[in-house]
Amino acid sequence: MHNKTLAEIIAGLNSGAFSSVEITGHLLNRIRQLDPQYNSFITVTAEAALASAEAADRQRASGNAPLFCGVPIAHKDIFCTNGVRTSCGSKMLDNFVPPYDATVVENFAQAGAVILGKTNMDEFAMGSSNETSYYGPVKNPWDVNCVPGGSSGGSAAALAARLTPGATATDTGGSIRQPAALCGVTGLKPTYGRVSRWGMVAFASSLDQAGPMARSAEDCALMLNAMASFDPRDSTSIDREVPDYTANLNQPLSSLKIGIPKEYFGEGLNPGTEQAVREALTEYEKQGATLVDISLPHSHLAVPAYYVIAPAEASANLSRFDGVRYGYRCEDPKDLRDLYMRTRGEGFGDEVKRRILVGAYCLSAGYYDAYYRKAQQVRHLIKQDFVDAFATVDVIMGPTSPSPAFAFGAKGDDPVAMYLEDVFTIATNLAGLPGMSLPCGFVDNRPVGLQIIGNYFDEGLMLNAAHQFQRATDWHQRAPEGLE
Amino acid sequence: MQWETVIGLEVHVQLATQSKIFSGASTAFGAEPNTQACAIDLAMPGTLPVPNEQAFRDAIMFGLAIDADIARTSMFERKNYFYPDLPKAYQTTQLEKPIVGRGHVDIELADGSKKSIRIHHAHLEEDAGKSLHEGSFEIHGHGMTGIDLNRAGTPLIEIVSEPDMRNAEEAVAFARKLHSIVTSLGICDGNMSQGSMRFDVNISVRPKGSDTFGTRTETKNLNSFKFMEDAIALEVERQIDLIEDGGKVIQETRLYNGDTKQARAMRSKEEANDYRYFPCPDLLPIVFEDDYIEQIRQSLPELPDARRDRFIEQYGLSRYDANSLSGDAAVAQFFQTAAAGSDAKLAANWIMGELSARLNAEDRVIQDSPVSADQLAGMIARLKDGTISSKMAKQVFDAMWNGEGDADGIIEARGLKQVSDSGAIEALVDDVIANSPQQVDNYRNADDAKRPKMLGYFVGQIMKASKGQANPQQVNDVLLEKLNALL
Repeated sequence: MHNKTLAEIIAGLNSGAFSSVEITGHLLNRIRQLDPQYNSFITVTAEAALASAEAADRQRASGNAPLFCGVPIAHKDIFCTNGVRTSCGSKMLDNFVPPYDATVVENFAQAGAVILGKTNMDEFAMGSSNETSYYGPVKNPWDVNCVPGGSSGGSAAALAARLTPGATATDTGGSIRQPAALCGVTGLKPTYGRVSRWGMVAFASSLDQAGPMARSAEDCALMLNAMASFDPRDSTSIDREVPDYTANLNQPLSSLKIGIPKEYFGEGLNPGTEQAVREALTEYEKQGATLVDISLPHSHLAVPAYYVIAPAEASANLSRFDGVRYGYRCEDPKDLRDLYMRTRGEGFGDEVKRRILVGAYCLSAGYYDAYYRKAQQVRHLIKQDFVDAFATVDVIMGPTSPSPAFAFGAKGDDPVAMYLEDVFTIATNLAGLPGMSLPCGFVDNRPVGLQIIGNYFDEGLMLNAAHQFQRATDWHQRAPEGLE
Repeated sequence: MQWETVIGLEVHVQLATQSKIFSGASTAFGAEPNTQACAIDLAMPGTLPVPNEQAFRDAIMFGLAIDADIARTSMFERKNYFYPDLPKAYQTTQLEKPIVGRGHVDIELADGSKKSIRIHHAHLEEDAGKSLHEGSFEIHGHGMTGIDLNRAGTPLIEIVSEPDMRNAEEAVAFARKLHSIVTSLGICDGNMSQGSMRFDVNISVRPKGSDTFGTRTETKNLNSFKFMEDAIALEVERQIDLIEDGGKVIQETRLYNGDTKQARAMRSKEEANDYRYFPCPDLLPIVFEDDYIEQIRQSLPELPDARRDRFIEQYGLSRYDANSLSGDAAVAQFFQTAAAGSDAKLAANWIMGELSARLNAEDRVIQDSPVSADQLAGMIARLKDGTISSKMAKQVFDAMWNGEGDADGIIEARGLKQVSDSGAIEALVDDVIANSPQQVDNYRNADDAKRPKMLGYFVGQIMKASKGQANPQQVNDVLLEKLNALL
């Protein structure tokens, strides 16, 4: 039952093959039994989940069931949930219970979904290995000695371990796609503005975007149908009709032009990863698509630009955690300065502090032009690379991350090596473009992700391309041994 | 040495919007602490700002009123600093692309001279909350600081002038003119005691004739014209004394206390924050179409200068009176209502005289006047038609002030009608003349030049006999006629 996709669960609930209480109960049991090994959940809301499953079953019996009625999913612990602790993976918010729902949470509630709990993540979404979580690292279900990727590592691992059939996630520089790749699941970061950021704890506001994670492209399409909306509470939300993302999944790919950026196949790419990606591209050719060699000449500037812009925005976004109104407050502050220094010193982990310091430095008088302004100029060039590329191709494909999952601690002492994990994903965030990752093979029993980058609002086309690949292959159906 | 003062102002004007600049919480003044602060104002995680369109309209109205350039694209920046009443630890404000560009405000001084004060720019921003410090707030007997976030997120425009003012009179005239403009536009309630307008005054001195500026200080948060005048005088004197004693002015922020009439340094430039401004990524640049601005221009209400000119033209007021009555939008409205139902010049005199004195004495604004414009008009109508004398009018005014109702009712109830019946007045005059043979003789024998002074006695007697109700003008006329007939 836990192997079922969202589409299969919806069909099963519709046909009466099983009830929401049954599948919800089954997954909650599984989480109770297995998650101690993976640590993919920070909070499991078992009681509330069963109560809403019961309510969903009644609603379904009354003949008025919305799409996700009774379908269990999990939310990344970055989305505010009314009455349920929202920690963002940080000691700073360990005691924080929001009095409001994120729009994404609201949208799923309206669609009838049952929430199993809140998934683990890198602290404030800062990390590519889930090692920065205050609640301890998430283990990769394919190899518990390896990281699941980050920052949405909890969502990805929970999917791989068959603890949930769908999970929300967020992506600021690759935080949906890289863990999806490392855990062998499918994840989509939509166009910036497609999904509301209201109620999503901010990391870097101009880059943050929420998206679905599931075990198939079809499931991602179903989830995106529920998630995406224009939200007047988010000034960067885009007022544009939400299409039915499942509508075009079965279009043939015979006229599809796929851009292959030479910069994504250079030095630093694991040979096994490259081989898996090349074989996936061959499958696309087999389906009639055309591969076109392209160049994204400013690709090498994406990581440095990102590590100026994202920390700069984060340094301001995280200033509100000051111990005055909510969240962690140090014991017995002796004065205001002490309150600030110790609250923030004790409440934040090292990686968060590192980024706040980097960000504050880049914005400081005398450095702003050299760092922040320059990075914004680079951002513009990177966006232009994509605009030029999409003049000739429909989608761009390449590896999601340079190598498969690595061992815990392998990059712990070297932030730059960790930052290079996102070398292929960051540019799309800087450009605001949609990107997705889907399983396309293995290296030493560790999954490899194929990345698809689309033009603005081309999520439908990307999902179509991914779905057609998944119809012809079974990489996405593979489960870690013992978790089938 | 002769010194010249150089003054520039930064003025914070609270916009009279219903809700805050980036949230839907109410901006009403005086509510219980923290009852008008929503999740956005509290900077709860995941909350986002949504701009209030009315704040843009208000700022554009101001820009048009001072003949300024309106930015076609405007954007917000974050100004980062930690303070407990600043929930996000940054203020959302404007730096690189303020909504209102260069403009000017024209002032008129007491001697009738005019001056144009250049505006460097005006930008939109959010207000912070308030810290209630030790003494005003206690928990368990310990001095604590309380935070009230009701004001957090209230929309402000900050108006920055060029250093064009040369003395306190000019600065106060400029401040008053701004007050007049924003209240006339209806974009600010103008209530200074509630902090609706707050003035930061940059002051420096230099030897007269010098064309470089001296080091300036900034005296912050003055919220009355009187405090501003006093604070400028104090700071100018301090700077001149300092320099003449061989010292140097250091760039610093100062606080003036209106109660003790003293100022102290708050922080020097060296201690100033690096605010690390950068564009707010939660708010996209705002583009204003020409049509949008044009439509606001068309809907601009009458501005103070135009109103003054109209008062001179329409009501025949002197320039001085017209200036006094047109500056404050509420006063102007009061005057127009009162004048419409009575007599413009009398209405002007009563508003600038009795009413204004009574309001000042009780520290009230005209909106809170116990005597309404209609009531004043009613009283003036009776004064003008001779029903009551000026002296009676003062009694009627007092009664209206005390809430006794309209003039007609008071006149009736108190029997205040003056006698204008010529027969009755002639009888009174005849009686007094008959009863004052000695005074009549004196009058008859006096020089022409002395006679007018001798009328007082007769008038006094007649008014006394009439219990003060005889129409004094009529009494004068009849008396003169009858006395002269005896010559």
